[in-house]
Amino acid sequence: MNLDEAIRLRDPSRLPSRRDEDWRWTDLRGLLRTIPEPSRPLAAGTAGLGPFDGLTEETLIVANGSGPEEIRIAGGETRTLALRHISRGDGAHSARLRIDVGPSARLTLLESHEGGGAGLSLLGVDLHLGADAACERLVLADMDAEAVAVVELDANLAAGARFSQTLLTAGARRQRFETRVRHPGQGAEVRLDGLYVLRDRRHADLTSKVSHEGPGGRTDQLARGVADDQARAVFQGRITVQEGADGTDARMAHNALILSDRAEVDARPELEIYADDVACAHGATVGALDDEVLFYMRQRGLPEREARSLLVASFLGEVIDRIESPAAAERMRSWLQARIGAEG
Amino acid sequence: MLSLHDLHARVGDREILKGLTLEVPAGEVHAIMGPNGAGKSTLSYVLTGRLGYEITAGSAELDGVDLLSLEANERAAKGLFLSFQYPLEIPGVPALTFIRTALNAQRKARGEAEMSAPDFLKRARACAADLKMDFDMLKRPLNVGFSGGEKKRMEILQMALLSPRFMILDETDSGLDIDALRIVSDGVNALRGPDRSMLVITHYQRLLDYIRPDRVHVLADGRIAASGGPELALELERDGYDKYARAA
Ligand SMILES: Nc1ncnc2c1ncn2[C@@H]1O[C@H](COP(=O)(O)OP(=O)(O)OP(=O)(O)O)[C@@H](O)[C@H]1O
Ligand SMILES: [Mg+2]
Repeated sequence: MNLDEAIRLRDPSRLPSRRDEDWRWTDLRGLLRTIPEPSRPLAAGTAGLGPFDGLTEETLIVANGSGPEEIRIAGGETRTLALRHISRGDGAHSARLRIDVGPSARLTLLESHEGGGAGLSLLGVDLHLGADAACERLVLADMDAEAVAVVELDANLAAGARFSQTLLTAGARRQRFETRVRHPGQGAEVRLDGLYVLRDRRHADLTSKVSHEGPGGRTDQLARGVADDQARAVFQGRITVQEGADGTDARMAHNALILSDRAEVDARPELEIYADDVACAHGATVGALDDEVLFYMRQRGLPEREARSLLVASFLGEVIDRIESPAAAERMRSWLQARIGAEG
Repeated sequence: MLSLHDLHARVGDREILKGLTLEVPAGEVHAIMGPNGAGKSTLSYVLTGRLGYEITAGSAELDGVDLLSLEANERAAKGLFLSFQYPLEIPGVPALTFIRTALNAQRKARGEAEMSAPDFLKRARACAADLKMDFDMLKRPLNVGFSGGEKKRMEILQMALLSPRFMILDETDSGLDIDALRIVSDGVNALRGPDRSMLVITHYQRLLDYIRPDRVHVLADGRIAASGGPELALELERDGYDKYARAA
C-alpha cells in the first residue's frame, strides 16, 4: 500500500484498502477502480482568494500537485505562512513538501485545502522542528463533495519543541488527515486538535499517531465533530509512550454528535504505554443532542433550528478556543458558524 | 386568559390527564396543589408543548389562541413561560448569551425589533441585583454546575427578562433556602399585573404566604378535584389529600 506510488504509477492495486488495518474505515481501493489521469497544471493567477487571505505576507501555493518542495525558517525567526493546496479538475496528483523550522524559530502555518473536483490528491508535509522551536499549524479544508483526498503530516520535534495543530474540515467524498508526530526530544509539547462538520454523504477521517520517545513530553488532543445526514466520520488516535519516555503526560478526547440516524462515527482511541510515571487520560463519547435540553431551549423561545445550531456551535467552539493565533481563529470560527448556520 | 377544557393527555398507553378543566382570568394567580404523580408537571409540559404527549381530547387556549396547534417556541413567543421543576443545563452557552438569543428570537417571532446588547445587559444587571444574584454567574454556561437553588433563581431571572404574560411555576420553591424563597417570591410578585397571570404549582402552603393566590386548585388523578380560595391551601396542609385520592 502506497498512495503516492498508486498515483504516480496509476496502479489502483497500491491504494490503501480495508485490508490495511489503519485504513479499514477509509477504503480507497474499494472506491476507485482506476486512478484518474494526471492533473493538468493550473495556470498561474487562477487561484483567487484563500480562506486565510490578508493574514499573512507570504502565500505558498501547491496547485494540482506542483509548488515549492522545501521551506526553511531560519533559527530565531518568526513567520506566518499561508499554504494553499488547490486542486481543480478530475485528475490525480500528489505533492510532498519539507518544512524546516530552525532552533527557537516560530512558524504559524495557515493551511487550506480547496477544490478537489472529482479527482484524487495527496499532499505530504515533512515538518522538522529544531530545539525550542514552535509551530502552530491551522488547517481549513473546504473541499468539493466529490473530492478524494489524503493529507499527511510527519512532524519531528527536537528537544523542547512545541507543535500545535487544529484541523477543521467539512469532509469530501473520501478524505483523510493523517498526522504522525515523533518526540524523540526531552520535554517536547504537542496539541493535536481536530474538528469536523459533515453533511450529506461526506466522509472525514482524522488519524493521528504520536510517539513519545524522550522523557517529560506532553500531548493534549481534543477532537470534536458532528455528523449529519449520511455522513461518516472516523477518528483514530494513537499515543505511544516508548520505553524511557518517563514522566510523559498524554491526554486524548474525542466527542462526536450524531445528528441523523443514518450518519456514522467510528472512533478508535488508543494509548500504549511502555514507560514509567506516565499521566494518561482518554475519553470518547458519541451521542445525540439532548431532547430535554432542546425542549428547554424552545420553551424559552428558540426555534428548533436555532437551538440546535447554538448547541452545536458551542460544542465545537471549545476547540476553536484553544487556537493560539487570534486572527486565524476568528476566520475558522466564522467559517464554522456559516457551516453550522446552513445546517437544516 | 388561560382556558383549559376537558383536557385529556396520555404518554404511551397511560392516560395522565383525564379531563382537566381550568380557567385562569387575566391578572390572577392560581395555585395548583396535589399529590406526587397527580399530573401537575405533565400539565405544565402539555401546555408548553413538550413532545411525547398525545392529547386525546379537550382544548387549551391562551387569550383565545389554540395553544395545542403551536410549536413550543411559538407558544413561548405568545408569552407562555414555564419555570421548570428541574431546570436543564446547557453546556457551553453562557446564560447571558442564551437569554438574549431567546429574547430576540421571541421578539422576532412577534415582529418586534431586536433588543440591543447594551440595553439587554443593563436590564440583566438590574434583574440580577433584584434577585441578589452575582452577575458573574450569568457569564457561566447556563445552569452548569449550579446548585439546585441557584437554578431556580436563574429560572426567575429568565422569567423577569423575557417578561411573559402567562407564567407556570412548577415547584419553584423546592430547593430554595428561607432567604432565597423570600427573594424569589418578591421577584415573582413584581411580575404580577393586570395583564398577566400565573399558575403556581407547589406542595407547600409557605410559598403561598409570599405569593398570595386568588384561587387554589387540587389536582388529583389527572383532573381538578376541588377549587377554593387561599384557605383551601391551609386545609390541605392540615388534612392532606386523602379525601381527593379516593374520590378521583
Ligand atoms: N414519559 C412518561 N412515561 C410514563 N409515565 C409518565 C411519563 N411522564 C410522567 N409519567 C407519569 O405520569 C404521572 C404524573 O407525573 P407528573 O410528573 O406530572 O406528576 P406531578 O404531579 O408533577 O408529581 P410531583 O409532585 O412528584 O412532581 C406519574 O405517575 C408519572 O410516573
Ligand atoms: Mg412535578
